Amino acid sequence: MITLTIDGKELTIEDGKTLLDAARENGIDIPTICFHEATTANALCRICVVEVEGQRALQPACIVKAATSMKVQTRSEKVIRARRTILEMLASTLDLSESLEIQNMMHDYGASSSRFPDAERRESDVKDDNPMYVRDYSKCLLCWRCVQVCADDAQYTFAINFTGRGFETQIGTFFDKAIPETSCVLCGQCVGVCPTGALKPKREFLLEQGMSPNEISVLNTGRKRRK
Amino acid sequence: MSEIDPISLKPAIEKYIPLGRSGLLPALHAAQKIYGWLSESVASEVAKNLNVPLADVHGVIEFYSLFYNKPVGKKIIRVCTDQACALKGGDGLLEHLCHHYDVKPRQTTEDLSLTIEPSPCLGLCELAPAVWTMDNERSTIGDGAQEEDRPSSSVYGPIRELTKNCGDGTTSLKKYGEYTALQKALRMKPEDVVAEIKASGLVGRGGAAFPTGIKWEGAAKAVADQKYIICNADESEPGTFKDRILLLDDPHSAIEGMCIAAYAIGANKGYIYIRGEYPYIVPVLETALNEARVAGYLGELFDIEIRVGAGAYICGEETALFESIEGKRGFPRVKPPFPTTNGLFDKPTVINNVETLCNVPLIISKGSLEYRKIGTEKSPGSKLFCVSGDVTQPGLYEAPFGVTLRELLDMAGGVSNFLRPERSRRTRLQSVLFGGAAGAFATPEHLDVKMTFEDLRAVGLPLGSGVVMVFDETRDMRDVLKRLGKFFAHESCGKCYPCQMGTQRQMEILNRVAKSETLPEDFIRLQDVGWTMTDASLCGLGQTAASAVLSAMKIWPELFMESNGLPLEKKDERGKKATGTKVKAKPKKTSKASRDAEAKPKPAVKNIAKNKTNARRK
Ligand SMILES: Cc1cc2nc3c(=O)[nH]c(=O)nc-3n(C[C@H](O)[C@H](O)[C@H](O)COP(=O)(O)O)c2cc1C
Ligand code: SF4
Ligand code: SF4
Ligand code: FES
Ligand code: FES
Repeated sequence: MITLTIDGKELTIEDGKTLLDAARENGIDIPTICFHEATTANALCRICVVEVEGQRALQPACIVKAATSMKVQTRSEKVIRARRTILEMLASTLDLSESLEIQNMMHDYGASSSRFPDAERRESDVKDDNPMYVRDYSKCLLCWRCVQVCADDAQYTFAINFTGRGFETQIGTFFDKAIPETSCVLCGQCVGVCPTGALKPKREFLLEQGMSPNEISVLNTGRKRRK
Repeated sequence: MSEIDPISLKPAIEKYIPLGRSGLLPALHAAQKIYGWLSESVASEVAKNLNVPLADVHGVIEFYSLFYNKPVGKKIIRVCTDQACALKGGDGLLEHLCHHYDVKPRQTTEDLSLTIEPSPCLGLCELAPAVWTMDNERSTIGDGAQEEDRPSSSVYGPIRELTKNCGDGTTSLKKYGEYTALQKALRMKPEDVVAEIKASGLVGRGGAAFPTGIKWEGAAKAVADQKYIICNADESEPGTFKDRILLLDDPHSAIEGMCIAAYAIGANKGYIYIRGEYPYIVPVLETALNEARVAGYLGELFDIEIRVGAGAYICGEETALFESIEGKRGFPRVKPPFPTTNGLFDKPTVINNVETLCNVPLIISKGSLEYRKIGTEKSPGSKLFCVSGDVTQPGLYEAPFGVTLRELLDMAGGVSNFLRPERSRRTRLQSVLFGGAAGAFATPEHLDVKMTFEDLRAVGLPLGSGVVMVFDETRDMRDVLKRLGKFFAHESCGKCYPCQMGTQRQMEILNRVAKSETLPEDFIRLQDVGWTMTDASLCGLGQTAASAVLSAMKIWPELFMESNGLPLEKKDERGKKATGTKVKAKPKKTSKASRDAEAKPKPAVKNIAKNKTNARRK
């Protein structure tokens, strides 16, 4: 067992747990975006950062292991500024209309969606190229989960990877090929882990477009969704 | 472009097949040498042969600026437009060359004979403005009028320890002499070699200033069947060119340093990872490695392989460099675990900068006590300073730690006035960019600070990789900042959110600053972005991407305020009008949109060179 202090409260927790575990088990809220039980944690969104005494940089709670006599602050000024600014940059970059969780976070942190005027957005056309799912990367927040489940976190299909670099990173296929021309087996795992509606079942997409369920069933859109 | 015949590809990449995924970068380099660019069919052939998923191969090509997945000219002229070169007319030179050849920047001529590109720092800052040309396989340095196969080395300074073999062409093994330091080390116990390095107080010269002995000790203690020693020669920090000179003129120093490190930690394999913009060093290293093999210093127990990068500053970050050797996109890993236990291929690894490794034979030869006679207690030894910009004599300066900035500038002939050289004597110093793009600005008040790790840290200046880039009083610092912003936006790997979006937002605001078009609250906005990157980014790139900007905001806050470009007296007149009435500019095209826009009209000069990286940054 490990004893540490979070936000002034002394807590005890099993060995090997992360700061996020420790906080959650004790009812302290730390927001997460990229973290997902089913995928390897990459600690890339940095929304979960906390201040650990003695460390210059903020630490991602989702991967940093709790250690004895650690002193952690989950809501220091630095932490709030970082979380708020990350959220504001996300809002200025992509379409968060279907990311309710992030909208809630923005509310919690007083983040303004118009904080960055004249900012370049990461936009792209909707890719509707297969019977199973639709890809709208304007909504993609690059959590990497789809790439990971398509690769060695689950499916070993390796149909998708990254294109570009830096701000212009996107998820893409080999030379931008349509999904049916790739190794994709339409397993739908990527759709299952996508947090933002960037990957969406075709059926749902068509319903949103105003088609009726009957019209859609004639189209035979991929696998039947399990109830 | 002609049809791709995989027949000529196969023999070129055959030797990389046994390496599997780790052979991907070398194989792509080899393929690109044949075809000039990496088409879909070439990329699939490489993927098939190396057994790497197609999407991954594409992901790798997309990551590295020097790999092209659209046709480019047989000859590619790259003109540096980073800070040091901009001071010496880099932009003008780019314009001139484009005009001369009748192409636009980043465009390729219709007959695919030529592409001209602006480039981030080429590591030739003392020779500014720098131009690097690849014509088929021939690499040259020079502005078109004068072309050389290798850049010249200007080496100065009061002591010549590290640079004793530099400045006069490549030092052959015959001239270098036997690896006497290695021979001495081999007579010692490995742990005593580590102890000697620890006792010397050697601190890493790659930027992070980590004690070398402690790093070696960690890897020496790690238990594994395989360990690696890596020489980091990715040198891409704007303003840095010391490793280029060390490797080009004195390759055996670094190689001997690696051999000693390998013995000390028990490594059986070494890599030299050299940036793709230094192709002219590769044959020099190959020759030196062969000489060392013939002499028996390298062989079955320990050998060294050269790996060539492909245009990505982030691959100088140690864990991104491992990923790159492993054939992946250069995404930094989260730490811990640290390289000394889980490094390249997850094995214990020591990675050191070229200059750090060149110190090793010196320390072992002389002994740590003697070594410590130069420098200060906490910063022993000598240091290489990359002096560029507005000084009379830019170049590489070796000086003992503890030298002051004033002394260094005096050695370099003092501050110069580039545009009006006759006025140089009356031109005063405005500032010095210390430590590179990831560094901070010093002002004349820092002239007498001793250049040691401890003294500089006390005044908030990082020594970084030894960059001393000088700006005279006539320079517009906003232009310098704009280029910094562009550099980081171009080089962010895109993995973590603070840096992926923060470098972009920082660039946008700095562009406004440079044009005197700041919006209300841009100061605070820029500060929030800067601190968020500094505090929350995953790796050193993002953590330092705002360092110079934040230091500039402290020194020259007025530059970041609204209507910053106006002379003081005019500021009041405009004051009322300027506040809060900025008309919103048209939203910028997104990258995707601009890619689409390119696809439509076919201008006289084909726009095909505008692919991935190149289309990115204006
Ligand atoms: C973005 C980034 C780029 C870097 N580039 C280099 C480089 O080009 N050369 C280098 O030696 N170290 C570079 N480093 C530092 C390395 O990560 C590492 O600390 C260094 O190679 C260790 O060697 P040293 O201890 O001998 O300095 C870079 C770090 C970062 C964060
Ligand atoms: S498409 Fe969805 S799952 Fe994939 S990276 Fe984007 S947001 Fe994450
Ligand atoms: S700080 Fe920048 S370069 Fe480093 S991991 Fe994050 S995005 Fe990549
Ligand atoms: S949730 Fe921890 S970094 Fe994304
Ligand atoms: S070569 Fe141009 S700034 Fe370094």
